[in-house]
Amino acid sequence: MTLPAPRPDADEPKPAPAPGDGRHLLSIADLGAEGIEEVLRVSDAFVEVARRPIPKVPALRGRTVVTLFAEESTRTRFSFETAAKRLSADVLSFGVASSSLKKGESLRDTVETVAAMGVDAFVIRHPSAGAPAQVARWVDASVINAGDGWHEHPTQALLDCYTIRQVLAERSGRRVADVGVQDFAGLRVAIVGDVAHSRVARSGVLALAALGAEITLVAPGSLLPPSLEGWPVSATSHDLDSVLPTVDVCYLLRLQTERGAGSFLPTLREYTAGYGLTARRAGLLADGALVMHPGPMNRGVEIADEVADLPRSLVLRQVANGVAVRMAVLFLLLGQVVGGDAAGAVAGLSPGFGAVDG
Amino acid sequence: MAPRHASVMIRGGTVVDETGERRADVLITDGTVTAVGTDLDVPAHATVLDAAGCHVAPGLVDLHTHLRQPGGEEAETVETAARAAARGGYTAVVGMPNTNPPIDSAAVALEVLGLGASAMCQVAVAGAITVGRAGVCLAPMAELAALGVTLFTDDGTGVQDAGVMRRALEYARGLGVTLGQHCEDGALAAGGHMHEGAWSSRLGVPGVPAVAEELMVARDIMLSRLTGGRVHFLHLSTAGSVALVAAAKAEGLPVSAEVTPHHLSLTDAELAGYDTVFKVNPPLRTDADVAALRAACAAGTVDAVATDHAPHPSEAKDAPLDAAAPGMLGLETAVAVTLEALGAGMSIRDVVGLMSWRPARIAGLSVDQGGDQGGPVAVGAPGNLCVIDTTERWEVDPDRLSSRSRNTPWGGRTLTGRVRHTVYRGEPVVVDTEAQR
Repeated sequence: MTLPAPRPDADEPKPAPAPGDGRHLLSIADLGAEGIEEVLRVSDAFVEVARRPIPKVPALRGRTVVTLFAEESTRTRFSFETAAKRLSADVLSFGVASSSLKKGESLRDTVETVAAMGVDAFVIRHPSAGAPAQVARWVDASVINAGDGWHEHPTQALLDCYTIRQVLAERSGRRVADVGVQDFAGLRVAIVGDVAHSRVARSGVLALAALGAEITLVAPGSLLPPSLEGWPVSATSHDLDSVLPTVDVCYLLRLQTERGAGSFLPTLREYTAGYGLTARRAGLLADGALVMHPGPMNRGVEIADEVADLPRSLVLRQVANGVAVRMAVLFLLLGQVVGGDAAGAVAGLSPGFGAVDG
Repeated sequence: MAPRHASVMIRGGTVVDETGERRADVLITDGTVTAVGTDLDVPAHATVLDAAGCHVAPGLVDLHTHLRQPGGEEAETVETAARAAARGGYTAVVGMPNTNPPIDSAAVALEVLGLGASAMCQVAVAGAITVGRAGVCLAPMAELAALGVTLFTDDGTGVQDAGVMRRALEYARGLGVTLGQHCEDGALAAGGHMHEGAWSSRLGVPGVPAVAEELMVARDIMLSRLTGGRVHFLHLSTAGSVALVAAAKAEGLPVSAEVTPHHLSLTDAELAGYDTVFKVNPPLRTDADVAALRAACAAGTVDAVATDHAPHPSEAKDAPLDAAAPGMLGLETAVAVTLEALGAGMSIRDVVGLMSWRPARIAGLSVDQGGDQGGPVAVGAPGNLCVIDTTERWEVDPDRLSSRSRNTPWGGRTLTGRVRHTVYRGEPVVVDTEAQR
């Protein structure tokens, strides 16, 4: 994404640059197309692991992963914790309800305290945009952004890309490993709904565009970001009916009803009438077009009940792939042999994976 | 207070004041300038301040300082703010009324003025326009004006109700005081934490649109036209705002405007790493806004550079962006930042004017208004002076600032231009950049 660059003060380094040195996953922008492809390829190995009778490998034995969710989430937290456990990492779980955050301790004190116990990675969900980036400045551990405010949710975008790639492989009769990012070129994707307040949309746009997809944002004006300057999108539209026949993927965003949709929309009913994927609208999709949703779905709002359960709907597959993709992210950030490269490490993975850490 | 230094000689500098520039030594005796000229003899026992290669100017006047006392002493006190001001070349500051309790009564004003009496610079205060800065009932402006308060503002928030602002302007007109407005339409700005634009959209941070400011600037220009009341626009940050003010001035309306050093130099791109030190209200805007503010300074549309010095303890800044307090330090870096921003397009005299005699007049503190700030450096003038080295490069070390807080956006950066000495009421309060008490 090209944005107005920070002003070049060549001889005057910024006091606190956004961390993006490969130790953290804060934004899809930290990865670029090559990084995304690497995650997808490593994910293949972990999808294979998931099919084993005992889907567990010792790759991160002795490592400690803390999940710190300052905002309620069931699926993302379970997904990360399952991923970490399948890699044999020790997992500490820090939830909002039980945490000292509720007792008035600052986020900084909380993470510094936990970090002092010896932690290799923080997986952070926080209602404030940028909180994971700040934590990355405060602690030495790797930080994985599990969703921060309206900003980003990078692992969601990665698992969505993985899921699309999996379907592309099946459709073309190829092994998933043989489908590269080049297969995303020209893929037409509509992202529909509350783009303004969606971290899924921000990460998704960056990831899909990096891989060459053509993105159309479809939303009422009040749910589009105030500025799309620098966003790698091809078009925006307020007319879902006209967009649906033209796309390969219809990606529906969760309407953030709990965040006061009332002030952005007259009624949920009016939103559904204009932007919900109703059964009638699903009929406008081209044959083979995919329907995706990051969950949890508001059935009857952004997606009709019967559409959610159509074969073309990939919602549950997205969830299943989430664990493998998050294993890949944790492995790439924490499991590297010093001096080794990712490809080599992955190549060496599969045989070693035979040893199951019971 | 009896000056501890009966005679101070500022030697070898270039005097710059409203009348122009000239090489001259300046002798201050018992708090008053007693000689100005080249190669003056140094009296016995005089303190000599070396000004070779430097500019000697009337002391600077800050229209917009958050003293934090009473109620926010963990962030700053009158004493520490005045020390920071002195090191920044200021010999007078106007304390904003958003203290706790706010300066909406003579009692609180007298407390702050009393604390300021022994400070290292003159401490004036602005009074609140409305009781509790709540925007509903007019504060006792006449009672405050009787204490010498000439500027009133609910700074920290704008007076949202146009009817209340109209009444305030009508009432103020009879007192000969100025109303300062923090222009921010509450409904449009609600929930915002940075400038609304490309960066906020990318970063997923709720934004404050430029229009939130411009709407209130436009409204208050119209109210000034309606009432004849004088409006001073605080910390303008957008191209649209200064365009509105330029048009109002062309029409002859009694309006004035200030901008901050940080809005002349930093943009919303600084928030790319979510560093809360760059969270400030009004927010850092765009390159185009910075350019427009600089041009408005050069064109005379902007009357003053004011710091909006806003100290916060570290715990108020070590928080997620949306929870962090807005505001940044300014007093000790203002000269350098302003010179860097404006020096290429304006003379040193005009830049100093934006920081000295022009704000002195807005605050009612200038020599020609019966005060002792901002006047020409001449025999008989008050001994309020600063010595500026426009070429010194220095790295800002937050731990070496005199403010009680550390929230400077310039920490670790190298700035050009520094205040070398400050003389307040004849006392050399800052010598070679160090505070003397």
